[in-house]
Amino acid sequence: MKNLVILGGGTGGTMVANHLNGEMPKGWTITVVDPSKSHLYQPGLLFLPFGARDEDRMVKPRAKTLQSGIDWVKKSVELVDTDSQEVVLEGDERLHYDLLVLASGSQIRPEETPGLLGDEWRQSIHDFYTLEGAQALRETLATFEGGRLVVDVVEMPIKCPVAPLEFLFLADDFFKKRGIRDRVELVYATPLDGAFTKPVCSNVLSYLLAEKGIRLETEFNAAEVDAEGHVLSSYDERRIPYDLLVSVPTHMGAPFIEASGLGDELAFVPTDHHTLLAEGHNNIFVIGDATNVPASKAGSVAHFQSEIVTENILHTVNGRSLHDGFDGHANCFIETGGGKGLLIDFNYFVEPMPGHYPLPAVGPFTLLGESRRNHWGKLAFRWIYWNALLPARPLPVPNRMSLVGKKSVHVHQDLPIDRAGKSKAA
Amino acid sequence: MSAIAMTEHNVDLNEEGFMTDALQWTREIAEALAAEAGIGPLTEKHWQVIHFCRDDAVEQGTPPGLRRISKLSGVSMKELYQLFPKGPGKLAAKVSGLPKPKGCI
Ligand SMILES: Cc1cc2nc3c(=O)[nH]c(=O)nc-3n(C[C@H](O)[C@H](O)[C@H](O)COP(=O)(O)OP(=O)(O)OC[C@H]3O[C@@H](n4cnc5c(N)ncnc54)[C@H](O)[C@@H]3O)c2cc1C
Repeated sequence: MKNLVILGGGTGGTMVANHLNGEMPKGWTITVVDPSKSHLYQPGLLFLPFGARDEDRMVKPRAKTLQSGIDWVKKSVELVDTDSQEVVLEGDERLHYDLLVLASGSQIRPEETPGLLGDEWRQSIHDFYTLEGAQALRETLATFEGGRLVVDVVEMPIKCPVAPLEFLFLADDFFKKRGIRDRVELVYATPLDGAFTKPVCSNVLSYLLAEKGIRLETEFNAAEVDAEGHVLSSYDERRIPYDLLVSVPTHMGAPFIEASGLGDELAFVPTDHHTLLAEGHNNIFVIGDATNVPASKAGSVAHFQSEIVTENILHTVNGRSLHDGFDGHANCFIETGGGKGLLIDFNYFVEPMPGHYPLPAVGPFTLLGESRRNHWGKLAFRWIYWNALLPARPLPVPNRMSLVGKKSVHVHQDLPIDRAGKSKAA
Repeated sequence: MSAIAMTEHNVDLNEEGFMTDALQWTREIAEALAAEAGIGPLTEKHWQVIHFCRDDAVEQGTPPGLRRISKLSGVSMKELYQLFPKGPGKLAAKVSGLPKPKGCI
């Protein structure tokens, strides 16, 4: 028997497992390793702090998301030994693999910033990137009577890079509804030089920030938090006093990636941008937040990647050459508050642009334009996630980006030197 | 070296002042780019960072981010902020003749 082993049964791991179930040649088994009993729909975390109580629709037993025919090992991975092709699990159990998929996502590491974790954690300092964090913040916001609320992104990359902005838009709305918006100051501190990494998007989002009275503090690299004194400070010694700090802490890959020597300085796996093979390995694929590819850490990216990884695994087991199809395609519904939203669509090379998605010139979602339909898109997405994406049912959405129907194209600059140090133009 | 002198040296810059061809880079251009960005004469420590950035970019195919520089160049985060005030990640790349680090979307 040969084993395909998938480490992590979140968004990416589940999609690949379900895609391949029944497609692998005779003699292959599919095993997913994940210690956590339930699957969390992470985009729903954004709404919990503002009073949503739909945890029951955000969390499902993992057993229900993995199709029958897939083995699920409920253990934590401690190490990958690439020489012996073995995964070491907790309790020193070993699992042999012939093909491996790293799908262990990314995790927040508040301990990386001095002062974040401590007595004030989940009191006056919060996160909303974990279920417990979002729930604790819901309690705090329900009784928040005013003052300065600071949302701080500690360092990039983070999951769903627009989530902190969406949080602020929703906070603006929330405090208006509670009738205390005039008593709340909203501040967004980011290490980036604008509201978003992609310039076109940054421009669009900046006007929204101004419209909603949100102060932007750019190139702010958080060095430490004085939790008792309620002050956040940066490496260049800027200080931001706060009443409530909502931190998006440093993100890192799973600890076993680091322990196995498979990661970069943030424990993300160096991955071929197009084939999604782990660099230096021909039997290890990487998907989703675990990769170091310069695409958003988002469920939509994991979805587009799952089709490439699936195809390439089938090519590998059938002895064919790999498809280098991934172009960094990402799209993202952005909540802008007041029941509205906008949708952006971009890839490695193309800036987000106005247009429609997924059908050129028709929609149904408007790119980079605020509309009520985009907001519905975000809500409908949860249904799509559970009922179409995870079970790997075909969706009428191409995984490569289509430029038809988009109004302007701005091509990103690629690094002009290749690995050998030669100019690409030469 | 002013922007005009840069043109005479055939240095192509993008609208944000980053070089578009890392092969055109020389130590002299680095000094000029640093001066443009308001960074005083380049010290030994600056060069340590610049050499790390260029070597790493060739090896990795992409310019290093701030955390990578502080972890691998032997210059601490605090020092990096003193050497390249405000945005050390971005400024180190600029002076090293590399594109702006993507900072991951
Ligand atoms: C607040 C918030 C809002 C978001 N909004 C959006 C959005 O609007 N749109 C969008 O597209 N994306 C959004 N995302 C991002 C999206 O949820 C993630 O990018 C996506 O889930 C990544 O999938 P993944 O498979 O890489 O990782 P995950 O889905 O996180 O799965 C990783 C899995 O690995 C397992 N694992 C970890 N360590 C180990 C170990 N040692 N051994 C075994 N298993 C392990 C974990 O238990 C987990 O099940 C949001 C995320 C957050 C936090």
